[in-house]
Amino acid sequence: MIIASNIEQTYKSAGRSLTVLRNINLSIAENDFVAIVGPSGSGKTTLLGLLAGLDLPSSGTVTIDGQNLNGLSEDERSKLRGEKVGFVFQTFQLIPTLTALENVLVPLELREARSLNGSDLAERACGLLERVGLGERLDHYPSQLSGGEQQRVGLARAFANEPKILFADEPTGNLDADTGTVVADLLVQLNRELHTTLVLVTHDQKLAGRAARIVRLEGGEIVSDGVQDQD
Amino acid sequence: MARRELYAGRKRLVLYTVAITVGVAALVSINSFRQNIVSSIHGQARGILGADLALRHRNAFPDTVEALIASLTSGGLDASRVVSFGSMVLGSSSDRAPRLLQVRAIEGSYPYYGTVTTEPAEAWGSFQNSHSAVVEEAAMLYLNARVGDSISIGDATFRIVGILKEFPGNLGIRSAIGPRVFIPLRYLEETGLIRFGSIAQFRSYIKFPSYQSIELFLGEYDELFDAHRVTYDTVADVETDLSSVLDRLSRFLGLIGLVALLLGGIAIGSAVHVFVKEKLDTMAVLRCIGATQKTVFGTYLLVAAALGLAGATAGTVLGVAIQATLPRVLSDFLPLDVAISIDWWTVATGLVVGTLVALVFALLPLLKIRDVSPLRALRRDFVRSRTGFDWLRWAVAATLVATVVVLSLWQAPTTGVGLAFAGAVGVTTGLLAVIAWATVRSARKFFPRRASYVIRQGVANLFRPQNQTVSVVLGIGFGVFLIATLHLTQRSLLDQLSVESSPDKTNLVMFDIQSDQHTELEAILDRRGHSNLGMIPIVPSRIARVNDRSVEDILADSALGRGNRWMYRREYRNTYRAELNSSEVITAGGWWDELGIGSLPRISLDEDIALGLEIGLGDHITWDIQGVEVETQIASLRRINWARFEPNFFAIFEPGVLDEAPQTYILMTRVDDAAERVELQRDVVGRFSNISVLDLTEIQRTIDGVVNKVAVAIRFMALFSITSGLIVLIGAITTTKYQRIHESALLKTLGASTRQVRQILVTEYFALGTVASFSGMLLATAAGWGLSKFMFNVEFNLSAASLLAYWMIVTGLTVMVGLVNSRSVTRHTPLATLRELSE
Repeated sequence: MIIASNIEQTYKSAGRSLTVLRNINLSIAENDFVAIVGPSGSGKTTLLGLLAGLDLPSSGTVTIDGQNLNGLSEDERSKLRGEKVGFVFQTFQLIPTLTALENVLVPLELREARSLNGSDLAERACGLLERVGLGERLDHYPSQLSGGEQQRVGLARAFANEPKILFADEPTGNLDADTGTVVADLLVQLNRELHTTLVLVTHDQKLAGRAARIVRLEGGEIVSDGVQDQD
Repeated sequence: MARRELYAGRKRLVLYTVAITVGVAALVSINSFRQNIVSSIHGQARGILGADLALRHRNAFPDTVEALIASLTSGGLDASRVVSFGSMVLGSSSDRAPRLLQVRAIEGSYPYYGTVTTEPAEAWGSFQNSHSAVVEEAAMLYLNARVGDSISIGDATFRIVGILKEFPGNLGIRSAIGPRVFIPLRYLEETGLIRFGSIAQFRSYIKFPSYQSIELFLGEYDELFDAHRVTYDTVADVETDLSSVLDRLSRFLGLIGLVALLLGGIAIGSAVHVFVKEKLDTMAVLRCIGATQKTVFGTYLLVAAALGLAGATAGTVLGVAIQATLPRVLSDFLPLDVAISIDWWTVATGLVVGTLVALVFALLPLLKIRDVSPLRALRRDFVRSRTGFDWLRWAVAATLVATVVVLSLWQAPTTGVGLAFAGAVGVTTGLLAVIAWATVRSARKFFPRRASYVIRQGVANLFRPQNQTVSVVLGIGFGVFLIATLHLTQRSLLDQLSVESSPDKTNLVMFDIQSDQHTELEAILDRRGHSNLGMIPIVPSRIARVNDRSVEDILADSALGRGNRWMYRREYRNTYRAELNSSEVITAGGWWDELGIGSLPRISLDEDIALGLEIGLGDHITWDIQGVEVETQIASLRRINWARFEPNFFAIFEPGVLDEAPQTYILMTRVDDAAERVELQRDVVGRFSNISVLDLTEIQRTIDGVVNKVAVAIRFMALFSITSGLIVLIGAITTTKYQRIHESALLKTLGASTRQVRQILVTEYFALGTVASFSGMLLATAAGWGLSKFMFNVEFNLSAASLLAYWMIVTGLTVMVGLVNSRSVTRHTPLATLRELSE
């Protein structure tokens, strides 16, 4: 599903170049559930971004579903994400001027070739919000929702366009333990139900423990990559 | 601490500083220009008058005055004579109509001061010796003439020996209105033009050895001049009149500049507002670690003051530089060369005013700092609310209002204008703010839920947190308001004068027709197939007595204001008719048929003249009509719309009184074909050289030109406020730029294309531009209507096409500026933003 070969990522900072990732080789199969872990600054989020095509690596290649991202323009990569990729962010990243329902509709509406009409889209978004337990709060703005609720809207949004791959960046990082567990449960459940490939970055040992495979980064390099027994 | 804050925010703050710069530049340029005009006038007043004293009379000078002038010249003083009148001048080029030009018949070496430039250079020195003429450049063009050609003025023919390029006191705009032809006075009689009823001014220009000798001379002969209705101008008069006219002109332009500065203030105010909002966390931390409220408040007040001072300094420098271009922009209104120098007082005022405006406008948003609790450092959403009457807030608001009023009074030509201006600024700002607020509200209320995502997101940005809708609408709306008001009023004025548009309107007026000429003239018209649209008799008369007091008696009364003296002295050109015309209405009394027949002949008087003469209904005026006295009674007062192209009169007699009095006639006709207009004019002037023909289409073109020139000067100043408005716009976009970069990255992560991100921005700026231009135009329409109706008494014409053009230009510009300024929003990669977020 995703193949990263010989990735190196270097940034220029204050006139000096800084290598964030080096020598990364990774292959993620369909329906896989991979947790990327490691200390702060080890390059987890950068790797997640490169795997999702949010930027191109300084060297090396990333292939998603057989398509080499290096050969795609920024807009073509956006289109690919719109069709195949979902995102969950640590800070939820909802658009403050849109309601919960409208936020979930965003990725659907951004897809220009629509297979569903307006009311089907809304029905689908409502269904997802009901699935995450927010069926009663469709018309609430982000500011009217708690952190856990906002992240559940984020989850509904991530699954809105039936992505093949879901990337999650510290999805429980901004939540208390109980709410974090609720969100993590939802994430895993949806992932199973919708047969999505899930790649997440987390500090949460419990959440990482639920992954089928754990990739550990340190100083920009993969130090371990192991499959573990699933519960 | 203030220095560090300034350094950290320098990139964004510089922009707001520019807003103050533009405003200060506008004020400093126009104010130092005004100072320069004042000193230039002082140095050049003699050059403008061309002599030390000018005596004026409507006819040839009375014998006593003639004798006086003769005694001066025999006593060794230099005196020249000039007779000025309008006359048709016929060139030798057959495809040009004869042209009404200002003829100056001259004798002597006037002007004594200043330089006359002709081409060839020797023409001015020699033309008085023969049948020669020196013709102003604009007239040469009209007549399609060259040096060496002949021109006919009345019955005489002159050879053009030179082109007049420059004349002391020359007003650029004057040559557009009435270009001049100079001929030697000794051949004036040959023209046969100075006869009964013709309007001419007789002047004598005298050169005195000293200022004191003029004073002595005037002291001695003032009564004599008054008795003979001879008026005079001294260098001091010229200086005072010109100074006051130019002072008013530049002060009016300065008011437009003030708008730019006030917009700069708004820009600073909104910058500080956003700055403070962003810095609330920093302030809370500062408070936590022991900074007092005073220190924090003082820090940011210092930041605002530093911004103001920096902006004002740059503005002063820019203003001094721009000042050098003003003489070019205003050249048509300046009868003198303005020497450009730096006026330090104006520079100092510019610095103070700029800093003051920045400070005063920053105060209101800065007050929020008082509410920052140290607790916010721990709990971000903690807001301490203020209870009770916030007197400081009211005091600051009052200071703001007072500053606007004081600045308006300082800049305006009169207290009334200053107060009106401050009021207008207040009302306009208030209305624009209300419109912007209503827009935000209705965008939220009537949100286009069914529209596509990009449209919805674009519209939602109008009411996003930290939106800048209000300041953008204020900034852009004010600029549009100024320019559109000017444009709409100008259009209404010019449309009013349009001769072409209405087919039955007169476009040729012939005047100075003598009693024995009108039958033949009508025959010429008849032969050429044109109809006589009206023949109006003119009876030249002077006022001899008002009620029982003679004019001499009234003029001797020192209580009589100088401004009204001309009303007693002037030669009135009265008429008689049975009907009212369409440009006048009765405001008191009744028309002839509404009243019973009285014992005295009745007249109807212009209400302003009645006011000036301090008389009303039932009062008596005794007229001197060529030596015959006719006592009349005022039966009605009329309000006349002088802006119409119709012959109107201060005094109208009832029919039957003046039928036998000596009179000349005005004849009106309409000839649509331009070539035939030329032919007819050549025909009429060829037959009767004393008759002047006014081609109203030509006059209209001239007025269009003059009005345009005035508009250019006003637009030049309005440009400053437009620039300020644009800075407010750019500032507003920059303020929310980081939020946008973030949001665009998010949307791109979710699959949005660059095109979609751009569409969202276009929608937002399109909506902003539309609201700003519409609110500006709405107010301009109201103001234009008010100005047209109440100030200029013309019908208001709302031109949908120009409004559409304004909307397109302003909205296009807003979208363009918005997109250029948001370039980096679409350039950022989503990963960079994601990394920022996770760090």
